[in-house]
Amino acid sequence: MIIAIASGKGGTGKTTMATNLAMSLARRNQAVQLLDCDVEEPNCHLFLRPQIETTEAVGLPVPRVDEQKCTGCGQCARICQFSAIACVKKKVLVFPELCHGCGGCVRVCPEGAITEVDREIGVVETGRADGIEFIHGRLRIGEAMSPPLIRAVKAKIDSTGTSIIDAPPGTSCPVIEATRDSDVCLLVTEPTPFGLNDLKLAVGMVRTLGIPHGVIINRADVGDRKVIDYCRSEGIEILMEIPDDRRIARGYSRGELIVDVVPEYEQQFQRLTEKIEALAAAEEVST
Amino acid sequence: MKELVIISGKGGTGKTSIVGSFAALARNQVMADCDVDAADLHLLLEPRIREHEEFFSSQSAVIDPERCTGCGTCREVCRYGAVSEDFVIDPIACEGCGVCVHFCPQEAIELRENRSGEWFISETRFGPLVHARLGIAEENSGKLVALVREKAKEVARQEGRDLILVDGAPGIGCPVISSITGATAVMVVTEPTLSGIHDMKRVVDLAGYFHIPVFVCINKFDLNQELTAQVETYCRERDLKLTGKIPYDPVVTKAMVQGRTVVEYSSGRVTREIETMWRRIGYHLAEV
Repeated sequence: MIIAIASGKGGTGKTTMATNLAMSLARRNQAVQLLDCDVEEPNCHLFLRPQIETTEAVGLPVPRVDEQKCTGCGQCARICQFSAIACVKKKVLVFPELCHGCGGCVRVCPEGAITEVDREIGVVETGRADGIEFIHGRLRIGEAMSPPLIRAVKAKIDSTGTSIIDAPPGTSCPVIEATRDSDVCLLVTEPTPFGLNDLKLAVGMVRTLGIPHGVIINRADVGDRKVIDYCRSEGIEILMEIPDDRRIARGYSRGELIVDVVPEYEQQFQRLTEKIEALAAAEEVST
Repeated sequence: MKELVIISGKGGTGKTSIVGSFAALARNQVMADCDVDAADLHLLLEPRIREHEEFFSSQSAVIDPERCTGCGTCREVCRYGAVSEDFVIDPIACEGCGVCVHFCPQEAIELRENRSGEWFISETRFGPLVHARLGIAEENSGKLVALVREKAKEVARQEGRDLILVDGAPGIGCPVISSITGATAVMVVTEPTLSGIHDMKRVVDLAGYFHIPVFVCINKFDLNQELTAQVETYCRERDLKLTGKIPYDPVVTKAMVQGRTVVEYSSGRVTREIETMWRRIGYHLAEV
């Protein structure tokens, strides 16, 4: 089963949920992977402190033009929708940072003058942490395009066990890339106007993707009741509520898991797992 | 004209609450909300919309089933796995590269423009606000961010305003790069947590990559004094201007629930610190 953890608003507790859920499964001797797909700002490693075993560079194919063969016909520039290749006075210029790696220019060139070389956009690292198979991506600083790196992280999904995906915040392309094809999506929010506004956007996103989802309310006793009212009126199950707890916040600041700081939470995470399984099973029955 | 962009790397450190308070304290400014896929500043500023435009930027391919013979060329050339076995294109997976359009022997595919969002120019009690909404599951947030900043500059020029306050997005990717390039300075809002510090360092490096001066503010500094000291040391070593340290106080959430900025809602310690910060930022902005 693939469980994605997302939220419109940042800082609501995605990483907290992902790492604690993974650890509570691992401690019950279940096969679990944690894939940190927030490749712009990955944080799961700060809580799990994995032993990194492999590091691979991830590249995006960008064109290289052989000037000997190029006749300056300009067909490559015409097919490119991203202005990544231009033909000025019969000379071809490539702008690799704009390239989406579609390969159109390579296919269209009548002279076979274009080949592709990899431009590194980041790395994927894998390792182990207390029974958890750990995978994350780290986007190179200055690189704008994270979805191809997220795809590379997700290529490591092993469907035999439980795979937990920590998604980036927001609702645009990186989040879509991270959450699509999941069996269940947990939306983490907080009971404030910002939390509610961004939860609605996130619900719109998972509905568009057709992923069964439930809500987790973090710092559940701050703010107001509007998130609860919204979930009830939309028929979205509230899977777990975590109160604002100074012990949890201080533990978090030091990179400690809730299940270690307040051990009673082990049981809560076990119940959460059961609810997630029920959500996924209900979806299978209905389809 | 000065342009200050508030970013954080990590989400939820308090960017929008701080931008809202700065908006209340500043004189003669335009606000721009560049967190276009989860915009929240409007919840504090109660905008009255003055102009509203649709935003078209991305495109996706559409197959005409009448003309399609099912030859499979499109599936073969698509690198994004966007064409299904029965030759329907998934608009979410489609990048709009048009390679299938070019190579379809039946000319059965065309690129159609998507309405990928909308943007607004509004009036607020603190002056004009330019904001936007990216459509659900849409791309090109970077272009929409660039547009929002451009419109904010236009409004500032027309109305003779000399400061643009930009609320940025979390992360270090496309929308963040688009919101900081060419700005006068960025202010990074961090918190004394391992995640907050880790993410602050990446976003400070990003600003360095584009040669933009960096100010830092530590929010909820009393959550972990030891880590706050680490941030202070980091700022000294990297020669970053530390503009202030805001204590943790539930008053910030209370103000938000009332749809008010904290400086309007309370005159307590959080407000006093933000006022001091804003004065310091004024000096720093005058220097760069």
